[in-house]
Amino acid sequence: METGSNPQAPLTAEKQLRVKIFGVGTAGIAIAGQMAADGFASARFAAVNTDASAVTTFAEQIHLETKMLRGLGTGGDPERGRKLAEDHFEKLTASCAEVDAVFIVAGLGGGAGSGVSPVLARAARESGALVLAFVSLPFECEGARRQHQAQQALDHLKLACDGVICLPNQKAFKLLDEDVSFGDSFRASVKLLIEGALGVWRLMMHRGIVEIHFEELCALLRERHGESCFATMETAGEQRMEALLEKFTAHPLLDGAKALEESATVLVSILGGPDLSMKDVNRVMQRVNGHATNARVIMGAAVDESFVGRLVVTIIATSPRKQQVAQPSPVPVKTVEVETPEVAAEFCAELLPTETMTSERAAKSSAPIAPALNLEQREEIISKHTGKPIRSRKAGEPRMRQITLPLDIVNKGRFDKSEPTIHKGEDLDLPTYIRRGVALN
Amino acid sequence: MVGLEIGTSKCCVVVGEMNDEGALNIIGVGQSKSRGVRKGEIVDARAVEEDVRHAVTEAEHSADVEVRSVYLGVSGGHIRGFNNRGVHPVVSADREISDFDVQDVVKNAKAINLPQDNTVVHAIRQHFLVDGQDGVKDPVGMLGARLEVDVHVIHGHLNRLQNAIRVVKGMQLEVEEVVFNGLASSLAVLTPAEKELGALVIDMGGGTTNYVVYSGGVIKHSGVIAVGGDHVTNDLAFGLKVPQSRADQLKIENGHALLDESVAGQKMKITSDLGLPLNTINVGHLRRIMSLRLEETFQLITQDVEQAGLLDYIRAGVFLCGGGSRVPEVTRLAGQILQLPVCIGRTTNISGLSSSMDKPELATAIGLVRFASFKTRQRDARPSFFQNAKSIFGKLIPR
Repeated sequence: METGSNPQAPLTAEKQLRVKIFGVGTAGIAIAGQMAADGFASARFAAVNTDASAVTTFAEQIHLETKMLRGLGTGGDPERGRKLAEDHFEKLTASCAEVDAVFIVAGLGGGAGSGVSPVLARAARESGALVLAFVSLPFECEGARRQHQAQQALDHLKLACDGVICLPNQKAFKLLDEDVSFGDSFRASVKLLIEGALGVWRLMMHRGIVEIHFEELCALLRERHGESCFATMETAGEQRMEALLEKFTAHPLLDGAKALEESATVLVSILGGPDLSMKDVNRVMQRVNGHATNARVIMGAAVDESFVGRLVVTIIATSPRKQQVAQPSPVPVKTVEVETPEVAAEFCAELLPTETMTSERAAKSSAPIAPALNLEQREEIISKHTGKPIRSRKAGEPRMRQITLPLDIVNKGRFDKSEPTIHKGEDLDLPTYIRRGVALN
Repeated sequence: MVGLEIGTSKCCVVVGEMNDEGALNIIGVGQSKSRGVRKGEIVDARAVEEDVRHAVTEAEHSADVEVRSVYLGVSGGHIRGFNNRGVHPVVSADREISDFDVQDVVKNAKAINLPQDNTVVHAIRQHFLVDGQDGVKDPVGMLGARLEVDVHVIHGHLNRLQNAIRVVKGMQLEVEEVVFNGLASSLAVLTPAEKELGALVIDMGGGTTNYVVYSGGVIKHSGVIAVGGDHVTNDLAFGLKVPQSRADQLKIENGHALLDESVAGQKMKITSDLGLPLNTINVGHLRRIMSLRLEETFQLITQDVEQAGLLDYIRAGVFLCGGGSRVPEVTRLAGQILQLPVCIGRTTNISGLSSSMDKPELATAIGLVRFASFKTRQRDARPSFFQNAKSIFGKLIPR
């Protein structure tokens, strides 16, 4: 069994699980590269890309060739990415053989990440592995089209994967200071995503005091097609418990624990040093159980020598499908105004997937490779997309529309004129089935 | 003794008499369809007057009596019940509790902060406390310094109660007393043993659902939900897109309290009164609409009784009466929700027209007569001051 590129000291005795981590697309490969350096020992890494020019250090590289575009990639078109992957389906399946779990790491929104990942997930599932996807959604300022592509890809992924852990970059942005550099904000979101993956990894790999068996994890996630949101909180020092609980409430991805309340299953992994006390575990679980009253809560706890004085809690809340928690709010229709020529090229690459414009950049999604712009440049870009439109809107373009909500005006029949029977804010004169939202067809 | 119930779906008059042994005997019943009542309250006085007259006439014919005064049953969403305690110091020198002390303490218990315009319909004694000693049924003659009483007060909106009284009075009928319908129903269906064990009586009327909880022989809780059979009809009319009258008929003919997989998707053609095809309805939908409404009503009652902390005291079970209890399998539905044994309340412990009377929808009117008989008995047992005086003078004046 091939071990990862980083021969970091194994944390504790690790289970013999064969995990393969696929970095898909430029962003995915970059993240996976980061992961390889971050303690995913014993996992195998593979890179999947459509772009021959992308360089990786991974032992296994799957290059999806295309005759179009002279091997340059998908041009930011997920459809093209999907087709390519379908053409090379056998190649992907073969790569997933003899593997227990597959992690797919990708940045959605571009061509390869959005197009290839769902197909890869399907291939992996067909070869019998548990498939988890760790994906990031683009920043809002990256444009509506990218957002849309990412959202579609996310839907596809949810269908194909056992579990999708999704990090909207926009939410990660909330974790940061307002004036962090552009590059840093990408790096931070990548870090978050890796933390999430690491949490799952620890959950699967650590032989803990309270263990979560791989089979249990499979049973929990298989066929759920759910979307998960996760939070990893790491604290250290004397007051680590208090700090942790504080982080818990403030965590933007948990939406003030709202995500927990709406979820069906919650995985909690607690990792601490030998000084991890029962009281600490209790307090964490009490908090989680208090919020996730409807959910099936599965707890795992592990002790690691190197974690003295540290406490890491990873929470993965999986909600049934059609759930909005981890998804970004619907993207407002924005017309991307392009003023300065330098940035224009970048955005054109994504907005107009013409063959001439395709470049390495086009296949990238929310990757950390974005150039570290200085403050002025960054502000320039942001003001361009969030501020007032510089160019006047074209006649046919959609503007913000006020939508009429489909309010049902229910005729109360024979009680129309009588005094309403209000019980705890409900008008009992209205048919019960309407108030309870029971569909009759 | 005559009980008059002006219900949402029907007006009902029951005539009873007390035989020589003091047992109640029903001698006549009169019924008519009610048109001027919504949710237990009068909305069209003229129509109500007409309907009441029909019912009274019918009852007069069947009992061969002339109705002069009635006990009037009232209901409506405005009626509330709660428990209260009254305190009264015993002032007499020998500390013996007299009749007047009892009257005073009950008066004190009634003196509560009612919302403006509200009036007490009933103040039912639960039990007395003499110097903190609980569970005294009749304190007259006992010694004590401090007399307390727990009462269950049922109160309602004065004007709305007056509306019903005025209609009856306008027909040259005397109203002896107004009685809460739920209380009347419970009197009709419960035996003393059941009251002692603890029972919940749910009167599922056309416009309102009244319920009363007994425990230890006394009323502990009462309530009204202004939801009844009319609501089921209305829901059906809305959900199946049929006229109200047709919905009512569907409810009676095809109604069922439980969802059943066997009827899912089953279609039924319905015709108008003239035999013209109206439309096709889904029987599964009909059941679902009905079941949800009934379920909700029971849930509301369960919540309320649970809040009063009485759910565990109902050991004799739940008794359903009123027209709503005729829905097939309604006892099973109620049992599922209340988690208690449920049965249809029967008015068996009254002699008279037993076969025609053994209908759950007559329970209230029969209960009114029952109430009347209790009152009469009380009056006979405790002669008023005026009667007292008369008898004293009667003795003095030689004939």
